[in-house]
Amino acid sequence: MSQTNIYDSRGLARVLDTAAAWTLAVLWALPLLYAVWTAFHPSEFSTRFTLAAPLTLDNFRAAWDAAPFARYLVNTVLLVTLVLSGQLVLCTLAAYAFAKYDFPGKGILFALVLMQLMIMPDVLVVENYRTMSAIGVLDSTLAIGLPYMASAFGIFLLRQTFKSIPKELDEAAAVEGASTLQILWKVYVPLGKPVYLAYALVSVSYHWNNFLWPLIVTNTTNSRPLTVGLQVFSSTEQGVDWSIITAATLMTSGPLLIGFLLFQRQFVQSFMRAGIK
Amino acid sequence: MPPAFRNPATMRTIHAWLLLLPALAFIAAFTHYPAVNTFIHSFFLDGRGGAPAQFVGLEHYQYLLEDEVFRKALVNNLLFASGTIPLSIGLAMTMAFLVNAGLAGQSVLRLCYFVPTVLPMIAVANIWLFFYTPEYGLLEQIRGALGLAGVNWLGSESTALPCVIAVAVWKDAGFFMIFYLAALQQIPPSLGEAAMLEGASRLYYYRRVVIPLLMPTTLFVLVNATINAFRMVDHLFVLTQGGPNNASSLLLYYIYEVSFKYWDTGYGAALTMVLLGFLALASIGQFGFLDRKVHYR
Repeated sequence: MSQTNIYDSRGLARVLDTAAAWTLAVLWALPLLYAVWTAFHPSEFSTRFTLAAPLTLDNFRAAWDAAPFARYLVNTVLLVTLVLSGQLVLCTLAAYAFAKYDFPGKGILFALVLMQLMIMPDVLVVENYRTMSAIGVLDSTLAIGLPYMASAFGIFLLRQTFKSIPKELDEAAAVEGASTLQILWKVYVPLGKPVYLAYALVSVSYHWNNFLWPLIVTNTTNSRPLTVGLQVFSSTEQGVDWSIITAATLMTSGPLLIGFLLFQRQFVQSFMRAGIK
Repeated sequence: MPPAFRNPATMRTIHAWLLLLPALAFIAAFTHYPAVNTFIHSFFLDGRGGAPAQFVGLEHYQYLLEDEVFRKALVNNLLFASGTIPLSIGLAMTMAFLVNAGLAGQSVLRLCYFVPTVLPMIAVANIWLFFYTPEYGLLEQIRGALGLAGVNWLGSESTALPCVIAVAVWKDAGFFMIFYLAALQQIPPSLGEAAMLEGASRLYYYRRVVIPLLMPTTLFVLVNATINAFRMVDHLFVLTQGGPNNASSLLLYYIYEVSFKYWDTGYGAALTMVLLGFLALASIGQFGFLDRKVHYR
């Protein structure tokens, strides 16, 4: 993906660069490699590194039996689906209005939306907890998802995309008698596909990993996502051996990690695209 | 049909508002309304057992000034920010240069650097916890093998915060690298050829050409890193619980403790106002940046 640069290092400098790059890479991958080692070996090998160590899945079995991880997984999948579908609908409609309409108060409204980039729901936990309690949805997937349904970041990203689509296209569609929503659905959404994919990957990994707000707003197995479930498991089972906690850790991150390894290119490019727009 | 509805400009305004309404309602309900309420509630003491809240004026803010734990969390947060921001940005830039230099196995390198980004902080903190564990943790085993005295990394006031900073830098550097990589690939190779013709050294080329060209990216990353430094507390739940003796507590973690452990949400609101103040400072930078981006287009 990179073009050759005339200033790329040569000779000894290149050897040094390569050594530095790989040292850093090993340091960065070490925690994950270590977790894989511990989780797949019996606990007496958690600090003894020898090729003779037997492989085992017992740690995963023990963790799976010790806490309702299947339920947590279902909750997390429901959560990221709910949040993403809400975001896609709400952000598409709002972004279209900001990109293609001129109306009084547009500037102020856009500034009000962008405020959410700085004052994220993540830091307004006390008041949002009050709201969830008032509307009676505490301890539900809905309560975890509601504050994130409309995302300023998504609106901003899609608005930039829609702005770059030439107006002639929707004029042509309007001549054919298409309504506003039909134009949006038939012209804009298909053209924005790569941006939708980018946004979806960023959103799913954010909400899969989110912890503080779900911790505050849930208190039973019925709604806890994986991150909170893992924390409950590892803090109450401190006596349990390390290999089992590591296995639980890998199970929590597993689906996302496998998805990332399979679609590495899309992931990296999506994060890039989401960042530079 | 009333005449106003036959006016196309009015109709377009109504359409726009209808499209915006759902998103605006959500943002108002979960961003603006709670932000304003935080401000209001910071002047009230919660009523216990169903009693109405009591107006206490600036009492919570006065208490902020005397609260040792708050001062500690604030100082820690500033230290945390001044540790994580430059380290993660510096490493991110270095990583991007290395990945972009056409070295052997560059896609594996990129994968290694980026992988912490997609893992949940709460999960990786469990792995780091084991690294830091006294006596049988990995770090201590290595020190033991070298004959060094044991250190309780997370249990000592002097080392707890640096340990927490290390985890945050490890998590964020690869994420920021991506933005630098994107920016590096926009730099035309002809610039390097021109610099070479002028006889510029490698160091000079990076210092005077590449790094200045990366400035908009650095600004963008800086704002994000600043926001993260005041938002990222997940790892504290696993590693230190803010301890020992609040030596690694951060603002948002303290807000969580005050509001959801001691249920003093009025004081929690006053603390949140301080946090919002810091985020507002970062936002001034962000708005300036976004405006400039739009002008470039």
